[in-house]
Amino acid sequence: MAETLHTLSAAELGRRLTAGALTSRALCEALIARYDVLNEKVGAFTHLDRANVLAQADASDARRQAGQGRGPLEGIPVAIKDNIAVKGQPLTCSSKMLASLVSPYDSHVAERLRAAGAILYGRLNMDEFAMGSSTENSAVRKTFNPWDLTRIPGGSSGGSAAALAAGLVPLSLGSDTGGSIRQPASHCGVVGLKPTYGLVSRFGLVAFASSLDQIGPMARSVEDCELLLAALASADARDMTCFSSDERALTAAGEAKKLRIGIPKGFLGKGVAPEVAAAVNAAIEFYRAQGCAVSEVELPSADLAVPTYYVVATAEASSNLGRYDGVRYGHRSAQASTPVEMMTNSRSEGFGAEVKRRILLGTFVLSAGYADAYYNRALRARAKIRAEYLAALSQVDVLLTPTVPTPAFKVGEKAADPLQLYLEDIFTIPANLAGLPALSVPCGQSGHLPVGFHLVGAPLSEAKLLAAGRLFEAAHGFAHQQAAL
Amino acid sequence: MSSSSDWEVVIGLEVHVQLHTRAKVFASSSWGFGQEPNEQVDPVVLGLPGTLPVVNREAVEKSILFGLVVGAEIPAHCSWDRKNYFYPDNPKNYQLTQKDFPVVIGGSVEIELPGPSRNVMGEHKHVRIHHAHLEEDVGKLSHAGSGSLVDYNRAGVPLLEIVTEPDLRSSAEAEAFLRSLVAMLTQAGVADCDMEKGQLRCDCNVSIRHPGAPLGTRTETKNLNSISSVRDTVIFETARQVRELEAGRTITQETRGWNADLGRGYVLRDKEDAHDYRYFPDPDIPTLELSRATVERLAKQVPENLYDRQRRYMDTLGLPFTAASVLVANRELAEWFELSVAAHPANPQGIANLVANDLLRDLSAAVGSTTGFDEAAPAPVSLSSCPIKPAQLAGLVKLTDEGVISKQQAKEVFAEMFKSGQDAAAIVDAKGLRQNSDTGELEKIVQEVIADPAVAKSIAEYRAGNEKAINALKGPIMKRTQGKANPGLIDQLLRKALG
Repeated sequence: MAETLHTLSAAELGRRLTAGALTSRALCEALIARYDVLNEKVGAFTHLDRANVLAQADASDARRQAGQGRGPLEGIPVAIKDNIAVKGQPLTCSSKMLASLVSPYDSHVAERLRAAGAILYGRLNMDEFAMGSSTENSAVRKTFNPWDLTRIPGGSSGGSAAALAAGLVPLSLGSDTGGSIRQPASHCGVVGLKPTYGLVSRFGLVAFASSLDQIGPMARSVEDCELLLAALASADARDMTCFSSDERALTAAGEAKKLRIGIPKGFLGKGVAPEVAAAVNAAIEFYRAQGCAVSEVELPSADLAVPTYYVVATAEASSNLGRYDGVRYGHRSAQASTPVEMMTNSRSEGFGAEVKRRILLGTFVLSAGYADAYYNRALRARAKIRAEYLAALSQVDVLLTPTVPTPAFKVGEKAADPLQLYLEDIFTIPANLAGLPALSVPCGQSGHLPVGFHLVGAPLSEAKLLAAGRLFEAAHGFAHQQAAL
Repeated sequence: MSSSSDWEVVIGLEVHVQLHTRAKVFASSSWGFGQEPNEQVDPVVLGLPGTLPVVNREAVEKSILFGLVVGAEIPAHCSWDRKNYFYPDNPKNYQLTQKDFPVVIGGSVEIELPGPSRNVMGEHKHVRIHHAHLEEDVGKLSHAGSGSLVDYNRAGVPLLEIVTEPDLRSSAEAEAFLRSLVAMLTQAGVADCDMEKGQLRCDCNVSIRHPGAPLGTRTETKNLNSISSVRDTVIFETARQVRELEAGRTITQETRGWNADLGRGYVLRDKEDAHDYRYFPDPDIPTLELSRATVERLAKQVPENLYDRQRRYMDTLGLPFTAASVLVANRELAEWFELSVAAHPANPQGIANLVANDLLRDLSAAVGSTTGFDEAAPAPVSLSSCPIKPAQLAGLVKLTDEGVISKQQAKEVFAEMFKSGQDAAAIVDAKGLRQNSDTGELEKIVQEVIADPAVAKSIAEYRAGNEKAINALKGPIMKRTQGKANPGLIDQLLRKALG
């Protein structure tokens, strides 16, 4: 049985653990064995402390034996993107800058996972400081798409998506600033949810763009994604942007077959690959056939989303990444004779090209004389986009689009053209700008490559998005899919 | 040398004061003086990746309290911005401050200028506050040998920056403003303002003009840490600017430093080198609502204004300026005084004299001397360990007023009270100090004394019209009563006996 454990959902693994048919140790040993065979090939993980994992598994098994199990995630491994702090584990953000950093504290989500009995399982590769859409910007290693090892897995949570698609772990955490959970989920044929801004605490998430960042669950099924979300989402006084306990009630899912689905005008046109459009149109027809009301909606400012995002996100990033100066922790240049020189050289040596590009861009858009033309204008555009999305979502329950316009591209294909790469996130960025929940669900293939569709809902409508996703996944064969490796 | 009398100096101050709070402004780490380097830090203070600021409500409330003390507007909301600059003492390489929506808007501070002499009250004036904003302090960088050391204990300490309008017109006004501000901050419990601990620092903007002319170009001298250095900076900078303009040169808008040892200012950087701080709203701290309920609750904590109290003491209680000004300078002392007056309302002045002179002297001696931001101010005394209770002091004054003991004896009794904490009456009885006011007995003694030929000459002189001659008769009477005779009564009986 051990050789098939990696194909099972977290829900099923939970049932077997509860029934006593499986131990967390056996599960973790099977996954570690698979990791030892496959991680070199896929490159999803940057770190796995086997002894620590097995110790956690034994503690979980002991709790269960003593009748002190902590719920549905008890004993189930959850792999974590390397920008989310876990006490005693590396927190490198796949950057040379933080290569030596071991976190002295737990993020809120790590505390929540421990409280749920989950096994905090390894560190996942990512684009450096979550900046990128292909995981090619990792300073640690490349991650490859398990469905085609010559292609990128998406990013920045490429490791999180690839680990699921390769059957290396049943659940993972990603973070999403402009699509970093949903785009790799789509490229790797898995499910990824970016929660409403404020639903999950950012305490312990290394900031890229604070007003856009959210931690979210990734899994091979909508059901598993929901299971993980339940563990993550809770009030936290250490993040002032996180909803308090009386602000966070989710809107009831209602009946999925009665959802009103809005199709943004023009989103399935130019730039969307025909196979992607076909798969997404098939999903729309599925919902229509189920009884959902499907209508077209207008989002006239949607074109502003990508430029707005690259101003707001880089502005915040230029400030957030200021703290990496080699003074207190992280890479410190050996070539310096004054403190200021040390800071300058440490940053020049520690950051990769894409991170530097975004710091420069963000510094520029905030500079005296330019802030009005760029940063302040972007804030106005952001408010407009949010208002249009909220207006549309007062007419329909969810907006349905492709997650990404095209399937996963070849490694290196777009490395020389960052602007082309930025368009990967054209459908996912608005949800971050507007703080809305969004879900990517696998819905077909383009050749041998997975394709996903994307649902966006009103704030706190996660239950509706997940219900819609479950309705689709129950009628199709994409749940639990894994690449053959 | 040209006269500067036709020049008017215009001064605006930015006062940075560390608030009296338990925790840091955006972190739960505590702070205080005298800890080993980097002991008062936590992941948030150190800016570790993934940490977030959380606004300390106590710091916001102290800021609001300051606003209420100076009669400012407390806006419905305030928010924080990031001020971005790189320096090793700045753990995040941005400082959280309030650029556009500060916690306190407007208000004014009443000041008192020195009078023509110590016991004559000087002119009063109001200095407008532009705003006050709540921000975080940075760490301290020091250089040791070939390396540099940084201590983050101070990083994240709550700093309230109080910005005045350019309302001050002399170094004396600047001094008076700072004295008044420090008194208000400490009396309201907003801040301790201890200079030795660096709890108060001041930036001083100076320009000169001919009266009535538009404002001249100003310079800003940064990081002054005492009242005397503010005064000296104003004097130095005024003279320098007068010299420049009268020599036909112009004033450059620049940031300056102050060398207190040399008594000279120097240029730090000119306008061309000004930092671009790339301010933007901090995305980690949502706009904070300042609820009216909180403002109303805090309004109840605002103590009586220093100068309102001084006017009340002078106008209603009839105290002289000297005693009133000493009492109101220390809220605890003033409140102690008022409790004492409540116990014996007939003689506030008598109580004030003992509190402002004897009690303050003995309490100060117990404290020893320390240097505050205001070096001229007496060491702050605490009444919490005062051995005398307000009602006990009132009892002492009452005994004097009733003629039970003399004023001279009262001093002796006071000293004993300060030593033992006993009631005045108990000490008077124990020492047998009670004055003899028995008219019959004293009349008999008076008759005996005036019958003594030794005093015949004095009696004759008195009868001849020399009023003072009567005093020579009082000594022998006091001697016979071991000093217990009521002096007023003796005087009365003597005059009667001598016709």
